Amino acid sequence: MSIWEYANPKRFMQTSAWALPWAVGLTVALLVTGLVWGFFFTPDDYKQGSTVKIIYLHVPSAMMAINAWVMMLVTSLIWIIRRHHVSALAAKAAAPVGLTFTLIALVTGALWGQPMWGTWWAWDPRLTSFLILTLFYFGYMALWAAIEDPDTAADLTSILCLVGSVFALLSRYAVNFWNQGLHQGASLSLDKEENVSDVFWQPLVICIAGFILLFITMVLLRTRTEIRARRLKALLARERVA
Amino acid sequence: MKALLLRDLRLAFRSGGGFGLGLAFFFLLSVLVPLGVGPEGGTLGRIAPGILWVGALLACLLSLDRIFALDHEDGSLDLLATAPIPLEAVVAVKAFAHWLVTGLPLTVIAPGLGVFLNLPPGGYQWLVLSLLLGTPALSVIGAFGAAVTVGLRRGGLLLSLLVLPLYVPTLIFGGEVVRRGAENMALATPLALLAAISLGAAALLPFAAASAIRVNLR
Amino acid sequence: MLSLSNLAVARGGVTVLQGLTLTVRPGQALILRGPNGSGKTTLLRTLAGLQPPAEGSFDLPPDSIAYAAHADGLKSTLTVTENLAFWSRIYGGPAVENAIRALDLTQLVRRRAGELSAGQKRRLGLARLLVTGRPAWLLDEPTVSLDVASVALFAGVVRDHLGKGGLAVIATHVDLGLPEATVLDLDPHRARVIQSTGFDEAFA
Repeated sequence: MSIWEYANPKRFMQTSAWALPWAVGLTVALLVTGLVWGFFFTPDDYKQGSTVKIIYLHVPSAMMAINAWVMMLVTSLIWIIRRHHVSALAAKAAAPVGLTFTLIALVTGALWGQPMWGTWWAWDPRLTSFLILTLFYFGYMALWAAIEDPDTAADLTSILCLVGSVFALLSRYAVNFWNQGLHQGASLSLDKEENVSDVFWQPLVICIAGFILLFITMVLLRTRTEIRARRLKALLARERVA
Repeated sequence: MKALLLRDLRLAFRSGGGFGLGLAFFFLLSVLVPLGVGPEGGTLGRIAPGILWVGALLACLLSLDRIFALDHEDGSLDLLATAPIPLEAVVAVKAFAHWLVTGLPLTVIAPGLGVFLNLPPGGYQWLVLSLLLGTPALSVIGAFGAAVTVGLRRGGLLLSLLVLPLYVPTLIFGGEVVRRGAENMALATPLALLAAISLGAAALLPFAAASAIRVNLR
Repeated sequence: MLSLSNLAVARGGVTVLQGLTLTVRPGQALILRGPNGSGKTTLLRTLAGLQPPAEGSFDLPPDSIAYAAHADGLKSTLTVTENLAFWSRIYGGPAVENAIRALDLTQLVRRRAGELSAGQKRRLGLARLLVTGRPAWLLDEPTVSLDVASVALFAGVVRDHLGKGGLAVIATHVDLGLPEATVLDLDPHRARVIQSTGFDEAFA
């Protein structure tokens, strides 16, 4: 059986109905474990004190803010190339989730930045990039909301997502060029020397896994809602014709 | 294609509105900023590159919705889509016409407004060059935004929301060129990147815009 | 030559016409009849290549069509001649003088399109067809706002076009008195509503 069969709405509804309880359960388990461990059972950082614990929200949401856009780009491409409706609706469903992650990353970053850098906001490259990413999410969602015909909306938002991705990447480099920044380096990397130390690292990985699953759960739920809304619309349209 | 360019230019001149409006806006902004910021020359000189670039960008934004909306309203866009010239070329020509009536005049009057804003002497040639290289990108990206929103009610506001984030790299590199020029620093890198954005946008975005128009006409 | 085979067309994702199979030969006109909302415009837009068929196919090379929609695509600040000359150059078609004469616009050449009456605008819009030099005309309600004399004038233009081996698909309720016209009543081709397949299957 080909993987594309899951793109059939009916098939997707069946599979996702089966998968959802597992996804919800695993999300709750991972997030509770990771956050409780991270917040209450890790030592304070010798420089940053207990404020460092916000990384358990900040880092995973920042990662998912970008990953959500990448997922939207992939699903948009699938819609343009293979015209699977579920794919387009999944992109639509992911946008508000990605936006929420972006906002969480910005707000937790501000809360962290205030005691560390002495300011809520600085025009640092990473902060600026996330602000620009927020604008892209808003534009994308506004375009979905503005168009009535669902296929037209799917086509135009996919084109926008494609073009937007190129410009988002360009903006990232432009912003780096524009200001070298005070944000610390990546919290996770394959180079062991660069990593945060193990005591912080283990709960962080669990939190990241939890956020990934949270994203998957939310997107599954929202895609199911979108499919139902679409079916309702189709039935109403048929009734009008009849 | 030449016929289309000439028609668009003729329409822009006869209707007046769109093209004078952007210039007036640019002028007003450059007058209002010193009134708001205060007359101190050093401060003005430091923010002048950014203000001039933001002003040019916003002035360009004002007339974007006219690129396709008017042709959509009177039905010409349907007819152009069935005409023998490819829609990609229609987009490119219309973006070029838009640049000729907005980007180019903005570039020409920008040095004059630089005087109002106390732009340091070293900045003028780079202001003109950066606008000359950067405003085509603004027109092409704007044409893409206009193509995406062409059939929509309240398209104008949405157009700004879609286009402004896309303008970020152009604005950053454009402003950077003038800022560095004014401070007599090396500026080859941002200048090259600015030109690259314009060329890349002009080469690729007409295809994206044309497919958006086809979707909108469906 | 235009041939449709089992063509179905959709508006806003809902199929409105289906099972259209027919052939129009050069010199022939096809008149589309049907009440408002029956899909005449949708069918014409599909044939013009502005939207894809929902099902089936049709054979009509894109470089042979000239489409005239409800809106005439006139620029109100351009004169009659300028409007026509623009389309003539876009299509690389014949000069505008013949078209101006054929639709009786000679008195108006210097007027701006914005200063014309509704009927005069329509005549200018139809004159555009002549400067395209294209053999297949797709006309959507061409006689709207034309008076009796202008309808007769236009019927003559279409007859002339057919006589030269062109073809035309015309959505109209007016009898243009075309000798070789086939009338296609769209009512029997109305898409039947898919009988309810239940919520889990619905998707448009």
